[in-house]
Amino acid sequence: MSEEEKFDCIVVGAGPAGLSAALTLVKAGVEVAVLERGEYPGSKNVMGGILFTPVLDKLLPEFWKSAPVERFVTHRRYSVLSKEGEAAFDFKTAAYGEPDYNNSWTVLRAKFDRWFADQVEEAGAMIIPGMMVSELLVKDGRVTGVKTEPGGDELNCDVVICCEGANSFLAEQVGLRKPHDPKHLAVAVKEVIGLPQDEIESRFHLNGNEGCAYEIFGQAVQGTFGSGFLYTNKESISIGVGSTIHDMKRHELNPNDVLEGFKKHPAIAPLVKGGESLEYAAHMIPEGGYSHMPKLTMSGLILTGDAAGFVNASHYHEGSNLAMASGVHAAETVIAAKEKGDFSEATLSGYRDKLENSFVFKDLKKFQKFSGFLNDNPHLLRDYPDSIIGLLTDYFRISEKPKAQIEKDVIAKFRREIGIINFAKDMYKMWRATR
Amino acid sequence: MKVLVFAEQRNGEFRKAAVEALCEGRRLADGELIAVVIGKGAADLGGQLGAYGADKILAFDHDLLELYSTEGFTACLQKAAETVSPDAILMAATAMGRDLAPRLGARLDVPVLADVTKLSFTDGNIEAVRPVYAGKLNVTVRSKKSPGIATTRPKAFLPTEPDGSKTAEVVAMDAAVGDLKARVKQVQSEAEGMIELTEADFIVSGGRGMKSAENFKIIEDLAKVLGGAVGASRAAVDSDWRGHGDQVGQTGKVVAPTLYIAAGISGAIQHLAGMTSSKVIVAINKDADAPIFKIADYGIVGDAMEVLPVLTEAIKAVK
Amino acid sequence: MNILVCVKHVPDTETAVKIGSDGKSISTQDVNFILNPYDEYAVEEALKIKEDKGGEVTLITLGPEEAKKTLRTGLAMGADKAIHLPCDAPPDSLSIANALAEVIKDIEYDLIFCGKQAMDNDNAQVPIMLAEKLGLPNVSAITKLELEDGTAVAHREFEGGVEVVETSLPAVISAHKGLNEPRYASLKGIMMAKKKPIEDKPCDCGDAAIEIVDVTYPQQRAGGKIVGEGTEAVPELVKLLQEEAKVI
Ligand SMILES: Cc1cc2nc3c(=O)[nH]c(=O)nc-3n(C[C@H](O)[C@H](O)[C@H](O)COP(=O)(O)OP(=O)(O)OC[C@H]3O[C@@H](n4cnc5c(N)ncnc54)[C@H](O)[C@@H]3O)c2cc1C
Ligand SMILES: Cc1cc2nc3c(=O)[nH]c(=O)nc-3n(C[C@H](O)[C@H](O)[C@H](O)COP(=O)(O)OP(=O)(O)OC[C@H]3O[C@@H](n4cnc5c(N)ncnc54)[C@H](O)[C@@H]3O)c2cc1C
Ligand SMILES: Nc1ncnc2c1ncn2[C@@H]1O[C@H](COP(=O)(O)O)[C@@H](O)[C@H]1O
Repeated sequence: MSEEEKFDCIVVGAGPAGLSAALTLVKAGVEVAVLERGEYPGSKNVMGGILFTPVLDKLLPEFWKSAPVERFVTHRRYSVLSKEGEAAFDFKTAAYGEPDYNNSWTVLRAKFDRWFADQVEEAGAMIIPGMMVSELLVKDGRVTGVKTEPGGDELNCDVVICCEGANSFLAEQVGLRKPHDPKHLAVAVKEVIGLPQDEIESRFHLNGNEGCAYEIFGQAVQGTFGSGFLYTNKESISIGVGSTIHDMKRHELNPNDVLEGFKKHPAIAPLVKGGESLEYAAHMIPEGGYSHMPKLTMSGLILTGDAAGFVNASHYHEGSNLAMASGVHAAETVIAAKEKGDFSEATLSGYRDKLENSFVFKDLKKFQKFSGFLNDNPHLLRDYPDSIIGLLTDYFRISEKPKAQIEKDVIAKFRREIGIINFAKDMYKMWRATR
Repeated sequence: MKVLVFAEQRNGEFRKAAVEALCEGRRLADGELIAVVIGKGAADLGGQLGAYGADKILAFDHDLLELYSTEGFTACLQKAAETVSPDAILMAATAMGRDLAPRLGARLDVPVLADVTKLSFTDGNIEAVRPVYAGKLNVTVRSKKSPGIATTRPKAFLPTEPDGSKTAEVVAMDAAVGDLKARVKQVQSEAEGMIELTEADFIVSGGRGMKSAENFKIIEDLAKVLGGAVGASRAAVDSDWRGHGDQVGQTGKVVAPTLYIAAGISGAIQHLAGMTSSKVIVAINKDADAPIFKIADYGIVGDAMEVLPVLTEAIKAVK
Repeated sequence: MNILVCVKHVPDTETAVKIGSDGKSISTQDVNFILNPYDEYAVEEALKIKEDKGGEVTLITLGPEEAKKTLRTGLAMGADKAIHLPCDAPPDSLSIANALAEVIKDIEYDLIFCGKQAMDNDNAQVPIMLAEKLGLPNVSAITKLELEDGTAVAHREFEGGVEVVETSLPAVISAHKGLNEPRYASLKGIMMAKKKPIEDKPCDCGDAAIEIVDVTYPQQRAGGKIVGEGTEAVPELVKLLQEEAKVI
């Protein structure tokens, strides 16, 4: 390589966002290098659950035929835990068991990202793992390249697409983002537990390659603002907990202990029993949503995916598809900028317009009040699960007490502990927060 | 089945591991067991091997063989093999054995089963179990060519008690050493009385948690009381607190003492690769979640700097 | 000085290796492969000599197509070119050494480096067998090296000390940890490596000289017990070591 060699575009991070961006770019003949700090793409990636794939299916049609996907998700379950009990909403349909498999797949990122990167490399991108971008090079208010570690080499380009995930310290370096607010940054710990394939299928009532996704609130995370999750892979399950750093601190909780407690809960213990712990990891999730988004572009730079805070932290729990969609939009913006030969902020801000018209901003806007709402109403996740399960426990208890009396007592207890008006108000507020 | 065993000696002393290989050779051979001794004074030394069951000793005695040389020793063993036509050739998987066996194998155009922990004859060829992937798997392999050559892992085979009443015939061999392209110019020996890690019955190892080279004094003290050797994790070696020769693990030595005490060592998979065959493992670590506790028989959660001196005194009192 | 370095593509040492469905091999699915760590020392030593004395460093590997990734790793460190001998499943050491020797005998070189041992089958044999097949001297598992005119002086550790070995050149020398500190590949190195030549040469890895009967998992150590905390636990530990474990 000559000293002057320069790429059209450098992508920082080979996660879903970076790889989608790079693939879109090389398909359009843009010269791109992807720098990834992990030993290989995926080696550091932690996602616990469902890869949502409508965008991927467009980039690599019928990817599931060759990609290392684990199971397609046909079975979703939401529940709350009290100390002893669980109340659940459970949904399952065979309709999700046919192409496009509802675009929901459990994956192990270490395998999946590596496969995805191989496809992108084959398409013509240069992917360089084991290389961390330590600094963005800025000249006269314009990003002109990156500095890398180890070695301290510099590499120049017309534009950088920053797909570095939740920590996004590069965005902070150039002033696009303020330091994270612990109220809107969740910490998640996740463990992969190995179990025989047929054991998983019988424990979770799955046929063949069907998979399930459990989202669990309340005591799962000791009443903090967060949730526990459990997803089935082919021969393992991913189980974890996540809550905002702020709330964990406030409750003086340590996420590892919370996960240990979660795994021992009577509703969860039988699901993980006898498994072998295969890996354990912690990761951040930016949950600020639309109202806490950083500035997305400057001359020579675009932010995507988690680095831009694109996570739908509602019960949908989506980040992967927003990452891929934003990666594609960023790439399209760069392709247009290259045609114009202009990478100024004015041109790159076309990115924002694309996002406005896509589900990315539409969904983030819909749920923009949701996280603030839960932050302001901690009792919903702290007290309701206990009360509701307590009421159900009384309601289903068999004794010589006449059923009419039981109903009366339960209603009285409900009035006392929650109150009909309070409950109605909370439900209304919750509904409003998702409008 | 006729078995030939190379009995490694340095300065007139047979290696423990060589005796182990010889005893395993005796168990394996339903026919003759022949030992080969190479070095200055080999003829005089060889006689004692009868006590371990050797029927015949081939002694190669030559000035040029005073110090080890791959080429010189290979030539001797080649000649021994031609003389007795064994079905199998064994030697200890020591620094010398692991250098010599492959050279001999390549010369005879037969494969070598390296660093084995179990041996047998099956259909006239040797079959062995050997740990691979740093002990994560065991593979059973069979040589397709004869004579099969194997190197035996130190401490994996139990030696038998010597029987002084048994003697062996010593045959002086002509050493056709020839021209040596590589030769040992000098041997830098370790201090007298040092116990070699791979042969030690007691090992006390320190890791990054020991914090400095000076603090290894505490480890040395305990090792001395136990009559054992000092080991180290790679982190300690890479910090220059100990020499490379002390490193236990995948890129260090594989040890199997009766008692292994790990102090301030987290228990990384590469360290475990070197010591999980120890009979009893004790871990001292201030982090109760350190992975070393998952494989240790006994653990103390605490500061090694405080615990070790007390342990040293307590053991001194009962020894 | 022209130096050949034999390198092998092996599973990362962190990998939890699993037995393949045939019960005789490992499952390579999900396994991250790397340049054999001992070979990093070999490459580093070769590069240091090249920097000092000039010449070329050529890597050679016998392995599957994916092993080219490992060659790229060595090229990124600074090696000049590489030779790939295609072989989907490298067999035993003797067959590998034979196949390597067959190709190497037609190449010009002054010195051959190997790693002490490949961290897959832990054989530590190929370098020594290769030397024999090429009719060269070998010095295995060295921790120090000095080159003089036409000779090399190397240190190798044994149980109880260090042997200082002098050898004529060319020779096959295998590198142990401690020989040097391998460099990281720089970004420029990695990008340049993508453009360096890798030559495919046909090779015959022959019939295996060793038959694999089976592969099994070793017995797991059962987790033990925490005796207690701090110095207070010492008397109990000593008692257990004496009475239960009976080791002191
Ligand atoms: C426990 C957990 C569970 C989750 N569950 C779900 C789920 O069920 N469904 C869902 O859709 N989403 C889920 N998410 C969110 C999802 O993982 C992210 O939204 C998604 O991975 C974002 O993709 P990305 O490409 O922006 O970032 P990442 O996937 O984080 O990728 C960033 C990449 O950049 C690399 N990198 C970082 N800094 C540098 C640097 N300086 N130089 C070079 N490389 C760098 C990293 O190593 C990494 O490979 C979950 C997240 C967590 C933590
Ligand atoms: C290819 C490769 C090969 C390797 N080969 C080897 C090898 O052969 N051998 C080897 O050992 N490693 C090897 N390693 C390195 C290995 O991965 C670990 O990094 C290393 O073993 C860590 O050493 P440690 O346990 O001393 O240090 P750390 O992992 O840093 O652990 C230090 C421990 O000390 C504890 N501690 C701290 N202070 C105290 C105190 N006052 N009292 C008690 N406990 C304390 C801590 O809780 C911690 O558990 C290899 C790595 C690679 C990649
Ligand atoms: N397939 C191979 N291709 C090239 N070099 C090899 C190969 N196998 C082993 N080697 C070399 O021989 C050394 C020792 O390997 P082994 O004898 O397999 O433990 C390795 O570190 C390499 O340098």
